[in-house]
Amino acid sequence: MDSVAHRLSAVGAGAALELRGVTRLFGALAALTDVTITVRPGERRAVLGSNGAGKTTLFNCITGDFPPSSGTIRFFGEDITQFPPYERIRRGLRRTYQISALFPGLTVQDNVYLACRGVSRGRFSFLRPGQNDALMHATENLVQAVHLAAVKDQRVAELAHGQQRQLEIALALAGAPRFILFDEPAAGLSPTERRELIEILTSLPAHIGYIIIEHDMDVALRVVESVTMMHNGRIFKEGPPREIESDPEVQELYLGGGHE
Amino acid sequence: MSLLQSTQFRPDPSATTARRAFIRAWPDFQNPAAWLVALILIIMPLIASGFFLIEIFATTLILGIIALSLMFLAGYGGMVSLMQLTIAGFAGYMVAVFGVSGNANISLGWPWWLATPMALALATLFGTLGGALAVRTEGIYTIMITLAIGAAFYYFTNQNWAIFNGHTGINTVATPHFWGVDWRADIAFYYVTLGIAAICYFAVQYVSRAPFGLALQGVRDNSRRMAALGFNPNAHRIAAYAFAAFIAGLGGVLQVWNYRQISPGSVSVGACIDILIIAVVGGITRPIGPFIGAFIFVLLRTFALDVLIKFGLDGNRFRLLIGLGFLAIVFWSSDGVIGLWERWRRHHVSSAKRTGGGRHG
Repeated sequence: MDSVAHRLSAVGAGAALELRGVTRLFGALAALTDVTITVRPGERRAVLGSNGAGKTTLFNCITGDFPPSSGTIRFFGEDITQFPPYERIRRGLRRTYQISALFPGLTVQDNVYLACRGVSRGRFSFLRPGQNDALMHATENLVQAVHLAAVKDQRVAELAHGQQRQLEIALALAGAPRFILFDEPAAGLSPTERRELIEILTSLPAHIGYIIIEHDMDVALRVVESVTMMHNGRIFKEGPPREIESDPEVQELYLGGGHE
Repeated sequence: MSLLQSTQFRPDPSATTARRAFIRAWPDFQNPAAWLVALILIIMPLIASGFFLIEIFATTLILGIIALSLMFLAGYGGMVSLMQLTIAGFAGYMVAVFGVSGNANISLGWPWWLATPMALALATLFGTLGGALAVRTEGIYTIMITLAIGAAFYYFTNQNWAIFNGHTGINTVATPHFWGVDWRADIAFYYVTLGIAAICYFAVQYVSRAPFGLALQGVRDNSRRMAALGFNPNAHRIAAYAFAAFIAGLGGVLQVWNYRQISPGSVSVGACIDILIIAVVGGITRPIGPFIGAFIFVLLRTFALDVLIKFGLDGNRFRLLIGLGFLAIVFWSSDGVIGLWERWRRHHVSSAKRTGGGRHG
């Protein structure tokens, strides 16, 4: 029940996610330089940029996989800059990984169950869940929502790539997410799977905002209302999709810059 | 399964899912071989002499329990701890120190029902503290740090006379007598050991499918992702060390009751490594592995001597046999004897399917 304080602080806060002057250094290399972003609750935003622009580093700083070298990160008004990743997740932040980060030795169902358990009580429970366990129902629902019911008893190592990508998304939807970071969810998906992905993203409840890193402009621009362009670890441009798409600087830098 | 299919009575779907869940949860109950083994173990005192009962079977079960604690850490947590025997030995020492022994200047003379829980609690604490150190490292460094703890404890027991009575150790440790039964008599002790081994075995199997065990396997597979799901991976690792330490402690209590004495030789570095060999030879993917490994180890230790002498070799070379067996296992089957067995069975089943195939087409 740490939530009283953080709910109170969230009442007055306008932003779901607020980064101020976030910088991340790897030795002498600045992967992120002075990044300042404000995202409203429920806002859906794409982060674009060429390889090495700092998009994934941005995600890693927000979730705490790597802490920022300087700057502050606020999540619904609460300063989470010093929090370990799991404390951020318990407050409603979620993420997916560019390269699937699943539990290959466990079944699909166990993977999703772990995701549900991670954001609820009883993480250390020695008691097996019963048939009517609420989290088991939540697990079933999630497995169905990402179209994996047919393979739920298979080990993740045996799944096809597209199915692993869907499971990756299911793990980020567990519990009551308030804000999700999607790191190239469409990578390696077939056209059909891409349509399913777009359907999942657009059917998310309106109060759940997200940031999506996506190279496929067809996917990205259909599921977001704003776009942030990054270049060399800095914010290069922000605006609505149409504006960004038609911006000559952006076109030169990104769309015409040798990228498909 | 065939019973379920042949009956006319069709249970409602929720009952079948419950049944399926039960089968998945307790695979042993569906396995006729497991029932057979259980039956043989229960009627063993009718078949085996006192020597076999204690020197072979009780010893196997005790070593199996200690190796089971390593299997839990290594198989589900990906943490190879070489200090499991040290924890067991510590529990044994604590039984001797708090309980009654021939060394009246050291032993506090508590009754067994106080000394044993105390020993288990202290062993669990010891394992938890060691684990808290070890989880700061990974892979080979975990092995090194737990080996260092084991070696340090061995030398400490050798040199400390106030509590551990130096290299002579503590002798004539009292064993439980109650309800008019001497629980260290061969048959009674065999059943005590069998009962505790069974409890440990089923506890590990049960916990492996409980949230704690699943989360531990998640930490093993991908600890970074576990943190991104809301888990604190190191807290889970330390809790796993605590659980494993309790199991190892149970094994240690049984061991001191078995030998009625404990000395630094029982916690030597060689003995620590024997536990690793037992777990690896048996297989660390399933809780039955350590018991199979312990059985092979005890058989070799007991009988290799005679066999070697028969071939005109030094009887003390039984370790050479164990070492060669260990190499062979590591070479051909990374998941031990049970891995070999499973592969053989899969091969058998698939060839049987091939001969009887075509039905599904």
